[in-house]
Amino acid sequence: MFTNTNLMEFIFGRLSWDSLAFTHEPIILVTFIAVAFGGLAVLGALTYFRLWGYLWKEWFTSVDHKKIGIMYVILSLIMLLRGFADAVMMRTQQAIAFGGNEGYLPPHHYDQVFTAHGVIMIFFFAMPIVTGVMNFVVPLQIGARDVSFPFLNNFSFWMTAAGAVIIMLSLFVGEFARTGWLAYPPLSGADYSPGVGVDYYIWGLQVAGVGTTLSGINLIATIVKMRAPGMTMMKMPIFTWTSLCTNVLIVASFPILTATLVLLTLDRYAGTNFFTNDLGGNPMMYVNLIWIWGHPEVYILILPAFGIFSEIVSTFSGKRLFGYASMVYATVVITILSYLVWLHHFFTMGSGASVNAFFGITTMIISIPTGAKMFNWLFTMYRGRIRYEVPMYWTIGFMVTFVIGGMSGVMLAVPPADFVLHNSLFLIAHFHNVIIGGVVFGLLAGVNFWFPKAFGYKLDPFWGKMSFWFWLIGFYFAFMPLYVLGLMGVTRRVNHFEDPSLQIWFVIAAFGAFLIALGIGSFVIQLVVSFFKREQLRDTTGDPWDARTLEWSTSSPPPEYNFAFTPVVHDHDSWYDMKKRGYVRPLEGFKPIHMPKNTGTGVILSALSVALAFGMIWYMWWLAALSFLGILVVSIAHTFNYKRDYYIPAETVVATEAARTKQLAEQA
Amino acid sequence: MSETQAVSAEKPTFYLTEDHHPENSTMLGFWIYLMSDCLMFAVLFATYAVLGRNYAAGPSPADLFDLQLVAINTAMLLFSSITYGFAMLRMEKGDKGGTLGWLVLTLMFGLAFLGIELYEFHHLIHEGAGPQRSAFLSAFFTLVGTHGLHVTFGCIWLVTLMVQVMQHGLIEANRRRLMCLSMFWHFLDVVWIGVFSLVYLIGVLG
Repeated sequence: MFTNTNLMEFIFGRLSWDSLAFTHEPIILVTFIAVAFGGLAVLGALTYFRLWGYLWKEWFTSVDHKKIGIMYVILSLIMLLRGFADAVMMRTQQAIAFGGNEGYLPPHHYDQVFTAHGVIMIFFFAMPIVTGVMNFVVPLQIGARDVSFPFLNNFSFWMTAAGAVIIMLSLFVGEFARTGWLAYPPLSGADYSPGVGVDYYIWGLQVAGVGTTLSGINLIATIVKMRAPGMTMMKMPIFTWTSLCTNVLIVASFPILTATLVLLTLDRYAGTNFFTNDLGGNPMMYVNLIWIWGHPEVYILILPAFGIFSEIVSTFSGKRLFGYASMVYATVVITILSYLVWLHHFFTMGSGASVNAFFGITTMIISIPTGAKMFNWLFTMYRGRIRYEVPMYWTIGFMVTFVIGGMSGVMLAVPPADFVLHNSLFLIAHFHNVIIGGVVFGLLAGVNFWFPKAFGYKLDPFWGKMSFWFWLIGFYFAFMPLYVLGLMGVTRRVNHFEDPSLQIWFVIAAFGAFLIALGIGSFVIQLVVSFFKREQLRDTTGDPWDARTLEWSTSSPPPEYNFAFTPVVHDHDSWYDMKKRGYVRPLEGFKPIHMPKNTGTGVILSALSVALAFGMIWYMWWLAALSFLGILVVSIAHTFNYKRDYYIPAETVVATEAARTKQLAEQA
Repeated sequence: MSETQAVSAEKPTFYLTEDHHPENSTMLGFWIYLMSDCLMFAVLFATYAVLGRNYAAGPSPADLFDLQLVAINTAMLLFSSITYGFAMLRMEKGDKGGTLGWLVLTLMFGLAFLGIELYEFHHLIHEGAGPQRSAFLSAFFTLVGTHGLHVTFGCIWLVTLMVQVMQHGLIEANRRRLMCLSMFWHFLDVVWIGVFSLVYLIGVLG
C-alpha cells in the first residue's frame, strides 16, 4: 500500500521543488528569466511566422548532409555562448576574490561552473562544430551526393543535440557535477558526489557519445566507399584526409569513453567497486581509461583544423600544397602516436621513471610531424601570391599562436618539469593555447571559408577582421598571465586567493576575456551584417575564392543532389585541374537522381533518449523504463519501413541546372 | 563502373554521363561498428585483468565457477553460431523456409545460453558473491553481463528479422540485414571464447 510520500517518490524520484536551482540562487534566477523570455520570444516568432512546418520538413527531418552539417554548427555556436558565459564568470570571480573579498561565486557554484565550461566547450562546442564542418564539406570534396548512411547521420546529430539538452537542463533543474570535466573518482563516486550533478554529466555524455561514434563510422564508410571515380587515397583533398584520420580516432576512442562511463555509472547506481577506495576498487584505473580516450580526443579536434588550414593556405597562396604526401604521412603518424601518450596527463601517478620516460618521449615525438606540417604551410606560402582574406588572417594567427602552445606542451612533456607544473595554471594556459589557437581559430577560419558555399554569400570581411583581432589579442591577454601564474605555482580550479601580489595577473586575464567577448560579439555582428548585405556579398560563381577542390565546382549553395553528374578526378586539386584543363560544364543529358527520403525517427529517438536520461538522473524509474521501451519499439518499427528513397525527376534537375547556367551567364 | 566519355589526351573526362552507383557501404560500416564494440569489450577485459584478483577477502574464481555448467553454456553459444551459419547457407540457396528453420534453432540456442547465464548469476548472488562484493566480482559481472546483454539484443534482432523475412521473403535488403546479424552473432561468439578462456579457465586453473 502506498502512502502519499511513497507515491510522490515513485513518480518524481529525487526531484522536488528544492531541486529547481533558480528558486534559491539569484544568479541562476536571472539567467532563467533571461532564457525563459528569450526562449518564449523565439518560439513565439517561429509560430507567428509559421516556420514550424518548414523547420520540421526542411531541416529537423532532413537527411541531407549539408543541412545536418549546418545544424551541427548552429548547435555548437549556441553552446559556445553558454560555455563562454561560464568562462567570463570564472575570470571575474578570480579577478576579485582576494583576501577579504569572497567574490560572488561560492565554491559549490564555482566548481559547477568550471566543470560545465570544460564539458560544454569540448563536447558541445568543439565536437559538434568539427563534426558539422566535416559533414558539410567531406561529401562535396569527394564528389558524393550524400554520406553512406543518411538516416544515421540525422540520428547522430539529434543524439548530440539531446546530450546538449541534458547538460542545459542541469542549469535549472538540480545541479551540475562539481568534479572537473573528466569527473575523476573517487570524487565522482556515490560517496563524495551523491547528488544529481555527476549523473547529468554521465548521461549527457553517453547520449551525445552514441551520436559521435555513429557519425564517425558513417564518415569513415563515406570516405572509403563513396569517393568519385579516379580519386585514389593519395588524390583525396587534405581536409578529407584529416577527416578520415579524425573519424578513425573517434571510432577507436569513443567506445572507451562509453565503457569507462558505464563502469562509473555502475559504481554510482549498482554499488559495484571499480573505482572506489575500498573492496578492491582502483580509482587510477579510471584515470588511465579516461585518458586513453582523452588524448586521442584532442587530436580528433585538431586534425580537422590542420586540414582546414591546409586548404586555406593553398587556396589563398594560389599554389599546390607544399609536401602533400608528407602532410598525409604526418597526419597518419599523429593519429597513431596519439594512442601512445595518454600517461603524460598524470606523470604524478608515480608509475616510475621508465614508464614516465617512455610517455615523455612519445609525447615529444608528436611535435615532429606537427612541426613538419608547420613547415609545409610556410613553404606553401613561400613565393605564393598571397591574398589576405579573413580565413588567411586566422591561419597566420594560428601558426604563430599554435607554435607557442606546442612549445609549452613539449615543456610539460618532460616528467620532472611536469611534477612542478601538474594541475597548475601553466597547464591551463598550455591547452587553451593549443585549443583556442588551433581548434577555435581553425574552425572560425573554416566557417569564414565555407560560409559562401553553404549560404551563397560571403561573410562580411570588416567584421571578420574585427573578430579576428579581438580574439587574437584577447587570447594573449587572457592566457599569457596564466603561464606566469602557473610557473609561480598557482593551481587550477581555485575560487579564492590569499596572496594579493597575484591579483594583477588575474585582472589582466579578465581583461583578455573581455576582449575575447568582443571577438565573439564581432562574429555575431558579422553574421547579422552579412545577412543584411547578402546581395552585395552574393557568390554567383560557386567558386568565390578561386579555390582548388571539388566542392567549389558546384553552385553556392549546392543543389540537394550536389553534383548533376558524378565528377571524375585526375589530381588532388581536382577543381583547379578542371579549370586549368578547360572543363566545360555539362548542359544536357540530365537523368533522374536517386536520393534518400527524410525521416522523423531521429528526432523521436533523441527525445526519448532525453526522457530516458532524465528518468535515470532523477531515479524516476518508470520514466526511464518507459522511454527505453519506447526507444526499442521506435527503432524496430523504423526497420519495417523499406521505402526510404525516391528519385529527383530529370525535369527538376534540368530546371535547377538551367537556373545555374543563367546565373553564370549573367555573371560573365 | 559505368561508361565514361571518350578519353582524349587533350581534354580528359571530368564527369560521368551515366548514373554512378557507389558500392554499398553497409558491410564496411557494420564491420567498423563491430570493431568499436570490440573496443568496449577490450576495456572490460582490461578492467578484469587489472581488478580481477582484487577479491577483498571475498570468494575467488576457484571458489565460485562451475566449469561444467560454463562448458554447457559455451556449447550452446557455439552451436548457435553453427546453426546461424546453416541459415546463411540456406539463404544463399534462396530457401526461405530453411533459413527460417535454422534461425529458430539459433534463437533456441541463444535463449538457452541466456537462461543458463541467468541461472549462474542468480546462484552467485544468492551465495553472497554479487557484483558489490569485490572489484573482482564487479569486473566479472560487468564483462559477462555485457556479453549477455549483447546476446539479448541479438535475440530481439533475430526475431525482428524473422518477421521481416516472413513478410518480404529473402529480398536483397533482408539478405543484407541477415548478413549483418550473422557478423554480430559470430562476433559475440569470438568474444565469448575470450571470456571463457581468460575469465573461467584461467580463473579456475590458474
